[in-house]
Amino acid sequence: MMILIAIISLGVIGIIGALLLYWASKKFEVHEDPRIGQVQSVLPGANCGGCGYPGCAGFAGACVKADSLEGMLCPVGGAPVMAKIATILGKEAAAAEPKVAVVRCNGTCQARPKTNKYDGVKSCAIASALYGGETGCTFGCLGYGDCVKACNFDAIHINPETGLPEVDEDKCTACGACAKACPKNVIELRKKGPKSRRIFVSCVNKDKGAVARKACANACIGCGKCAKECPFEAITVENNVAYIDYTKCRMCRKCVAVCPTGAIHELNFPPRKEAAPAAPKSAADVQPVASATKAPVAETKNEVVPQATEVKEETKK
Amino acid sequence: MLRTFRIGGIHPPENKLSAGKKITALAAPKQVIIPLSQHIGAPAQAVVKKGDLVKVGTLLAKAGGFVSANIHSSVSGKVNKIDNALDASGYKRPAVFIDVEGDDWEESIDRSETLVKECTLSSKEIIDKIAAAGIVGMGGATFPTQVKLLPPPGNKADILIINAVECEPYLTADHSLMMEKGEEILVGVSILMKAANVNKAVIGIENNKPDAIAHMTKLAASYQGIEVMPLKVKYPQGGEKQLIDAVTSRQVKSGALPISVGAIVQNVGTVFAVYQAVQKNKPLFERVVTVTGKAVANPSNFLVRIGTPINVLIEAAGGIPENTGKIIGGGPMMGKALISPEVPVGKGSSGVLLLTKEESVRKPMHDCIRCAKCVNVCPMGLNPAFLMRSTVYKNWEMAEADHIQDCIECGSCSFTCPANRPLLDQIRVGKSKVMGIIRSRKS
Repeated sequence: MMILIAIISLGVIGIIGALLLYWASKKFEVHEDPRIGQVQSVLPGANCGGCGYPGCAGFAGACVKADSLEGMLCPVGGAPVMAKIATILGKEAAAAEPKVAVVRCNGTCQARPKTNKYDGVKSCAIASALYGGETGCTFGCLGYGDCVKACNFDAIHINPETGLPEVDEDKCTACGACAKACPKNVIELRKKGPKSRRIFVSCVNKDKGAVARKACANACIGCGKCAKECPFEAITVENNVAYIDYTKCRMCRKCVAVCPTGAIHELNFPPRKEAAPAAPKSAADVQPVASATKAPVAETKNEVVPQATEVKEETKK
Repeated sequence: MLRTFRIGGIHPPENKLSAGKKITALAAPKQVIIPLSQHIGAPAQAVVKKGDLVKVGTLLAKAGGFVSANIHSSVSGKVNKIDNALDASGYKRPAVFIDVEGDDWEESIDRSETLVKECTLSSKEIIDKIAAAGIVGMGGATFPTQVKLLPPPGNKADILIINAVECEPYLTADHSLMMEKGEEILVGVSILMKAANVNKAVIGIENNKPDAIAHMTKLAASYQGIEVMPLKVKYPQGGEKQLIDAVTSRQVKSGALPISVGAIVQNVGTVFAVYQAVQKNKPLFERVVTVTGKAVANPSNFLVRIGTPINVLIEAAGGIPENTGKIIGGGPMMGKALISPEVPVGKGSSGVLLLTKEESVRKPMHDCIRCAKCVNVCPMGLNPAFLMRSTVYKNWEMAEADHIQDCIECGSCSFTCPANRPLLDQIRVGKSKVMGIIRSRKS
C-alpha cells in the first residue's frame, strides 16, 4: 500500500511537472533561424575569430542576418565554405581573395648582429614592453615566438637557423592571429597571389638608410630605386622603408633585381633564366633571397654586454 | 612607533655602499648627448641648430606642450648635430650632441656658493621660474614640476611632502645631497611652500639615515612650518601614494591624483633644483648620480652634467669590474638594465648600479602555489598573481576589474615570489594594454 501511494504521488508530480515544462517551452520559445545551425555545421569550428566575429556561431548568425555576403569571409574555410554558406542561404558568395601571413623581417642571426643579451621571459610582448630588442634594429622581429603561440593551425614556426618565424602557407588560413600578437607589427596579411607567387619588402625598419644598414645587412634603406623601377606605381617609400601595394603589383619582379640590400623578396617564382616554369615551392622551402653572405656591419661593443631586462633577483639572497 | 604606509611593502637588503661619500663634481666630458625627451609628456622642441655656439645654461629646446619641460645645455661648446641617439631602452630618440669647448657659463647664473634665503617673488613668478628652468621630478618619474604646482581647479593643497626616503637599495644621491646642501634644500622647501600656497611641509626620511634626520631636524628648527619626519624603513615608501599615506594617513583613491587629498609630493633633489633655479637663476643641467655595486672599486656620489655618457661615470668610480653581468640605470628594484654603457645621464637618472654575473642571473620559474605572498606585499592592495593570469589569458576585462592600472610597478611581487614568477613583467604588459583600452574608450 505504502509503495503504491509513493508511486502514484510521484507519478502525479511528474505529470504536473511535464505539463508545466511543455507549457513553458511553448510559451517562452525563442525562435531561432534553423539556418544558423546549418551554416554553423559547414563552418570549420576553429573559433579562431579571424572573420572578425566572436567564434563560428557568431559568424553564422551574422551571415544569416546580413543582406548580402559581401565582405564576409571565413579565412579558414575560404571560398569553398563560403560557397556552401551561399547555397544554404540562397545568397551570392562574394569572390574573396585568399590571403596569407607574411613575415616582413629578414634580420637573420648573421645579418643582424646582437648588441646585447636578453635573459628575461621569452615573450615578445614582455621584451618589447621593456626595451628595443637584442639587436641594433628596434623595428624587426624579436624572435621569441608570440606568433607561434598565437597560431591555432600550427602554420608558423621559428626557424632555429635564422631566428625568424616562417609561415607554412599550406596550413596558414590568414586568420590574422599572429599579426595581432606581434608587438612589432612585422607580420602582414597579403594576397596569396597567382600560383602563390608573392613579392614583398621584407623589412619594416624606419631608421635612415645608414643606421638601418648598420643594424642589419638585409634592411631596406629607403633608397627608392624600386619605386623608380616599378612600371605600375605599386611601390611607395615612406619613413625610409618601401612598401609594395599588393593590389597594384603585377609581379614583374623588376624591383627585386634593383634592390641593393636584397630586402625585396620573391616567393614561389620559378628560377630566373629557366624557360620551363617549375612547380611552385612552399614558403618553407624557399631560402631568403638575401641570405647573409654579406659580413655583419655593426662593430662589436665593449667586452661587457649589458643585458636588458629588469633585475629583481639581485637582492634576493 | 615610526610611521609607514599600511598595506604591503618589503625590506630588501639596503646595501648603501656609497653612504657617507662626499659628492664629487665630475668635469664635463668631450661630448655630451642631451636627449630632447627627458621627461614624461611631449618631447621638447629644439631651438638651436648645428654649428651654434652654446654656453652652460643656454636654452637648447623649448617645452613642446603643457606637460613638457625646457632643456638647457650642460656644457659650453658647439652643437655638433641634432640627431637620433640611443636611449637606455635601445630606441633611437632625438638628442642634441654638443662638442665641449671650455666651461663658459651664462652671465645670468649666480655661481657663488653663498646661501640666499630671501625670496620676494610671488607664487606665479616662482612657478614661471621653475618652468623656465626645466625642472622635473628628479626621483625618477620625471614629471614636470610646474604642472604639479598648478592644481586642477577645485583642488587645494594643504601640505607639501618632501620625498627624502630613498627607499631603493644602493642609492645614496638624495642622502648625500641632504648632508651637504641641507640649508639650500630647506630654502627650496620654503619657496615651494610659497608657490603652492601651503603652510605646512614635512620632509619624510627613512630611519636608515639617522645622520640625515639629525642634520635636517637641527636645520629645520629655524624654518617655520617645516617638520622632519623619520619613517620606518620599508620599500616602496618613495611611491607618491605610499608616502602620503605614511606621512598623513590619507589614502589616495584609485585613479585619483595626490592633490585630491590635499597633498603635493616633491623629491628632495627637485627641491634643491628649485632652490638653484629661483635663487641662483640656474636651470636644471646637472644632478647627483650614485655609481655603485658590490664589485665597483670606488662606489661614489657624483655631481654630473646631464648628457654625460654613463661610461664616463663608471670610469670615475674605478671602471667596469671584471665579472659585471648587468648595468642598471636607477636602483635594483625599479631600475632597468641599460642597453649600452654609452647612453647619457638624464634628468631622472638617480643611479648607476653594476651587478655581478652571480647577482644578475634569473632563477628558474616554477608553478604558482597560491601562497599569496605577492598579495601580502603589494603596496597598492592588488592581487599580482591574478593580474598575471589575466594578462597571460588576455582577459583584459578581468584585469581592469582587478585594477591593473593602479600597479605602480614597484616589483615587490616579483621580488618576493618564491617560485620566481615574472609577475611584474606580465603585469606591465597587461597594464599598458588596459590603459590603451581605457584611453580609446574615453576618446
